[in-house]
Amino acid sequence: MTREDVLIDLQGIAKHYGEGETRVDALRSIDLQVRAGEVIALLGPSGSGKTTLLNIIGCILAPSAGRVTLDGEPVFDGHWLRRDLRRLRLEKIGFIFQSHNLLPFLTAEENVSVVLDLARWPADKARERSRQLLDYLEVGRRAAAKPALLSGGEAQRVAIARALANQPRIILADEPTAALDSKRAQLVMDLLRKLAAEQQACIVTVTHDEKIFDRFDRLIHLRDGMLSSDGPGVE
Amino acid sequence: MNLALKDIQHGLFRFVMTCFGLGLLMTVVFAMTGIYNGLVVEALAVARAPAADLWVVEAGTKGPFAEASSIPADTRDAVARLPGVIEAGAVNYQNVEASHAGKSLRLYVIGYERGRPGGPARIVEGRALDASHFELVADRKSGLRHGDTIKLGRNRFTVTGLTDGVINSGGDPAVFMTIADAMALQTELDPSAERVQVARNATSVKSASVAAVIARLHPTADTALLSATVRQWKHMSALTQAEQEQLLLVSVVDKARRQIGLFLIILLTVSAVVIALIIYTMTMEKLKQIATLKLIGAPDRTIVSLIVQQALILGASGWTIGLLLILLVEDYFPRRVVLEPVNAAALAGIVFVVCIAASALGVRAAMKVEPATALGS
Repeated sequence: MTREDVLIDLQGIAKHYGEGETRVDALRSIDLQVRAGEVIALLGPSGSGKTTLLNIIGCILAPSAGRVTLDGEPVFDGHWLRRDLRRLRLEKIGFIFQSHNLLPFLTAEENVSVVLDLARWPADKARERSRQLLDYLEVGRRAAAKPALLSGGEAQRVAIARALANQPRIILADEPTAALDSKRAQLVMDLLRKLAAEQQACIVTVTHDEKIFDRFDRLIHLRDGMLSSDGPGVE
Repeated sequence: MNLALKDIQHGLFRFVMTCFGLGLLMTVVFAMTGIYNGLVVEALAVARAPAADLWVVEAGTKGPFAEASSIPADTRDAVARLPGVIEAGAVNYQNVEASHAGKSLRLYVIGYERGRPGGPARIVEGRALDASHFELVADRKSGLRHGDTIKLGRNRFTVTGLTDGVINSGGDPAVFMTIADAMALQTELDPSAERVQVARNATSVKSASVAAVIARLHPTADTALLSATVRQWKHMSALTQAEQEQLLLVSVVDKARRQIGLFLIILLTVSAVVIALIIYTMTMEKLKQIATLKLIGAPDRTIVSLIVQQALILGASGWTIGLLLILLVEDYFPRRVVLEPVNAAALAGIVFVVCIAASALGVRAAMKVEPATALGS
């Protein structure tokens, strides 16, 4: 494994809220590395710090201490090292949400191309890339449909297409299969695994869904803000 | 990709209805502005109609519009002889209420001397007065038509012509008749009362007095000197046209003007609050979508542009609908509604500023929303 293979490198990450008697430690001294092509799950009971960790990796939340390096670029070392975090997210990170969060006023195709529009892709190239992704995810025939007219599975696949549109190397997913039945959930995870392998990206997923545990390379358990275990997925 | 337009298209019916509602509010603002202007224009219309340079009125009065004025009719000869005076004419003003075609008509009677200043500036239909008696020229707003007859006082008058835009400060349309008829209308007694006076051998109450004498001056005439000369005459005073107009605005329509002006300010404030509330609500409804946009990397300018563009489209649509509606209905108002391009431009400016200010509230809320909000279910 070369250093270039590590897409997420967290060193001594801590996050606390409040001070003194009211201080709450959400995360304590977390060290975590995720390599290209890896699909990992963050597991743990409610309040264990999974979402806080996901938000820190997504550059949405500043840690109280530690260092964050994404795709080889140091982004946090006591303070944010990049001024424009949104640009950083646009370039390096794709998000998949529990409730797909598609923009209701855009069609499926526009929901994908909006990311490319923000990344200043030419309109025709953006349209072509969106079409390709939707076709690949087998929702191309629904390209002109608004999210309200898509089924749960279709909407989630459009959301995945959006997350992948700008070819990010880090994909963060928050309960991506929560709204899907078990068959569709496994299909979505298979798809994510395939995409991670093809694009040499890594996928970090927060999930409670035991039915898909076998789709992960690593299962990382958190308890009281600390890593309690980091092992291979269930075979 | 224009997100503002896409969002509007998505909820087009709702957006159109919101614009229409705002348009109705703008119609009221336009109407009040027009009524405000109309009040001033109408108040000045009767004073401007004779195109006079100098008004000779009773001393110590603000006649003939702000106060009653009565001067001898032969004052006209004295005024006409003054150096610099091209022509002069006696005029009389009074309100009458008459019945016509089963309706009650309130008219502003202007008596003038044929062939002298004081008559209608232009005839839009028919002809001016020809006969010495029982003819009149009416303003179109009166509803009288060319050839109609109407009983005023004890006599029946024939409408020989129509004029336009001569209305007094109370909104009553003017009718022009000879000064002799106007004086008779003012002083003639009811027949039974006349018989009583004759039986008592009482002196006639008729007197040869008029409300004012107006004069048109030579362009080189010294108006101030002429005014000073007239003021030296006993019981006479003189006002220039500008002074007469100022007097009308200050004495006659000032309170009404201020009342409407204040109402207009309240209406504009209400409109501003309504616009701000609509835009703020529109933004609040989109907070999760804004959080999603932030999360996927949209810069602030994309989000600001989404809110500001929608606010401006809303404001521009409301303004346009308001303008179109007022232009459609302005003739149905009982009082004149006068809208100048500058009024429409001023309201456009106000709406623009309000939209930008209202957007600022929405933008502030949008800027505060954390991208992490999008991660919640």
